[in-house]
Amino acid sequence: MGRYVARRLLQMIPVFIGSTLLIFCMMYALPGDPVRAMMGDQAYDPTVVASIKKELGLDQPLLQQYANYMAGLFQGDFGTQIASQRPIADVIADAFPVTIRLTLFAFTFVTLVGIGLGVVAGLRPDTLQDRGLLTLTLFLVSMPSFVLGFLLQYQFAFKWQVTTPTVTDSTDFSQLALPAIVLASLSLAYVARLTRTSIAENLRSDYMRTAVAKGLPRRRVIGVHLMRNSLIPVVTFLGIEIGSLMTGAIVTEGIFNVRGIGLEIYEALTRREGATVVGIASLMVLIYLAASLIVDLLYAVLDPRIRYA
Amino acid sequence: MRGAKSAKWVAGAIVVALAATACGGNGDGEGESKGSGPAGYVSIDVGEPQKPLIPADTNESNGSYVIQSLFTQLLDFDAKGNVVYTNAESVTTDDSKTWTVKLKKGWKFHNGEEVTSKSYIDAWNWYANIKNNQQNSFWFQDIKGYDDVHPEKGDPKAETMSGLKAVDDHTFTIELKYTMPYFNYKLGYTTWAPLPKVFYDDPKAFGQKPVGNGPYKFEKWDHKKLIQVKAWDEYQGPNKAKNKGVQFKAYTTLEAAYKDVVSGNLDMIRQVGPTDLPKYKQDLGDGAIEQPYAAIQTLTPAFYSKTFKDIDPKVLQGLSMAIDRDTITKTVLNNTRTPAKSFTPPGVKGNQNLDTDVFTYNPEKAKKLIQEGGGVPGNKFTIQYNTDGGHKEWVTAVCGSIRKATGVDCAGDPKPDFATDLEARDNDQVKGMYRGGWVADYPVNANFMKELYHTTAEANNGKFSNKEIDGLMDKADKAKSLDESVKAFQEVEKKLVDHMPAIPLWYYRINGGHGKNVDNVNVDFHGDLEVWAVTTK
Repeated sequence: MGRYVARRLLQMIPVFIGSTLLIFCMMYALPGDPVRAMMGDQAYDPTVVASIKKELGLDQPLLQQYANYMAGLFQGDFGTQIASQRPIADVIADAFPVTIRLTLFAFTFVTLVGIGLGVVAGLRPDTLQDRGLLTLTLFLVSMPSFVLGFLLQYQFAFKWQVTTPTVTDSTDFSQLALPAIVLASLSLAYVARLTRTSIAENLRSDYMRTAVAKGLPRRRVIGVHLMRNSLIPVVTFLGIEIGSLMTGAIVTEGIFNVRGIGLEIYEALTRREGATVVGIASLMVLIYLAASLIVDLLYAVLDPRIRYA
Repeated sequence: MRGAKSAKWVAGAIVVALAATACGGNGDGEGESKGSGPAGYVSIDVGEPQKPLIPADTNESNGSYVIQSLFTQLLDFDAKGNVVYTNAESVTTDDSKTWTVKLKKGWKFHNGEEVTSKSYIDAWNWYANIKNNQQNSFWFQDIKGYDDVHPEKGDPKAETMSGLKAVDDHTFTIELKYTMPYFNYKLGYTTWAPLPKVFYDDPKAFGQKPVGNGPYKFEKWDHKKLIQVKAWDEYQGPNKAKNKGVQFKAYTTLEAAYKDVVSGNLDMIRQVGPTDLPKYKQDLGDGAIEQPYAAIQTLTPAFYSKTFKDIDPKVLQGLSMAIDRDTITKTVLNNTRTPAKSFTPPGVKGNQNLDTDVFTYNPEKAKKLIQEGGGVPGNKFTIQYNTDGGHKEWVTAVCGSIRKATGVDCAGDPKPDFATDLEARDNDQVKGMYRGGWVADYPVNANFMKELYHTTAEANNGKFSNKEIDGLMDKADKAKSLDESVKAFQEVEKKLVDHMPAIPLWYYRINGGHGKNVDNVNVDFHGDLEVWAVTTK
């Protein structure tokens, strides 16, 4: 298993280089020049544009720029933003904790509530509570997040005034609750449905009958025998979802004024801040890679028959 | 147990992953204040400035709001566009070429340094120097010696412009390359602000923590969240702060900011988003602001394009008359614009009512003019716009209006964002017309003609070129006095109707508002809220 982990970690290196190069090329291929765009609608001086580009090395060929960027990255230098002239590392350090807090909040919510609902429904398929859950999740899946966002914001912040309409302090978890729930709602529906189906299916399997026949207490039958087997697809889904929660928060972050990574990358993209986009995207790649590794390792915890060679 | 052993590995992997992604959740000290900030402070939805806070490196609205609160240049304008002296005692000239500036005595920077002639001259020389890559360096191009510090290629030949001379500590002269009767109006732009000596030690650090001579003193900058400035007691200008300080708060969307104004977490909003426009007057009551300012939107033909090359101006006049400005501004634009009646917006010196019906909707005459002019080649054209700026709706409406009135087919040519739109304009790739917009840099009519339609003008992206008009503008620039120059440009404007370098659409209006906690919120000529005058209740 140790060798397996080491190998997986080594595999991350080419994936990382490949994906950053790809993003770098895409940014390069986009029309629109970041330095020119900074000058805006009004009059400007082309001499200054040329001079800034030269200073930033943006007049060099693509591969040279990429080599420079990677060389900097390995020395821990993410580069400098073109317009603000701030180190990109600072920009990321400002936005990342906010997104992490939001994501963790949403993720915890998804895991606890999603699996909980799924178990409750799955244990008694085709009853009233099961149907109720199916309807609720269908509702959540089909509702675009901006609709849900505005709706909850209106109800909770304006009508009932239990929370602020926008997040002014991202360390305050009571303010983060609403955006986190909106962010979580879609995954919540998937997780609940996955768990429900998986549990309902495994309820009828042979080993369940054996466990019951052995006279094990119900708590152990469900908690260990049933849950462990049923959670494999759910864990797979949750692992990938961590990444999507972090990047997919642009709409939610916009509605609730959360200054996170989603908005940062969107802003950088429209301003053609290539280095910022690549920097954030590289981090996301790493998170996806790490999450998928953790998921793969979790399989063994859940099902001891799975081994790593 | 096999499972337990694996669990250890999982925990190990999580630790590795967290270390690799450097997301150990370090406790970043976010001490954001709740509500609308310290007592007596007012807050406004001004977002993160694009660039460091150096006066000559900022020309977007977020940055210039903050710069204007921290720095004061020689003069400013009132709501009618008249000169109000701030740091200058007087700015005079006899020949429109050499200007004498007298500074008010006793002015200081926030660190106690006195503001002298040198503070201005050294700053302007630094701004203009190509080595410093200042975005607004071209603002100094009228000064004699600019080409030495800002050559088109290579290193600067001199460190200073020969046109700037200090007479004494509080008097200096500016010699221009040519006569320019409205040069003093240019001095009202924030770019002309002076700098203290501490700037030259480390311009980069200064840009994050500026020391100015303006009504407010810099307090803190929480990137992407908040900039806070404090009223400066020793300020002596006419625009002394009437509140204790300002918080410029960054919002991600207009809607979010609007919600905070309504719920009392924010004092002022500069622009209400389209979704809230229909109800904002009801929500804000007396706090609703609706006021025109000196900016105009136009359709500009690309005179190099297949469609509009050698076009008869009559066709453009016809197209102009085919646009139902009244209906579009009322319905599609929710009354946020006023139909244009000339090439210059109200609020600038020399704005006039042109005696023409070219800007009035008249389908029959439109059809006739287009026919007389030989029609639009291919009987269709496109309007280029950027989709990230809320232009799609009115472009569609304008096209619909033209199609309905004249039968000329018109379609939008959307570009995904502003950067792409600008690139197409710069590289002469506009296929038909593009959406043009211009906000006054200084409130004189020349700003809306010389900078846009002169053959050599940098912002003349449509490549309009007419020798007669060029000649008239150059002559207007040589006029002896400001009044004569303004009058001469009014004549130019009348001539523009015959050539139609662009189709004026409408003037901008600010639709902002403020909450119940503040009072005295006014709008200046370029549409900015006058933050210094705002009082708290």
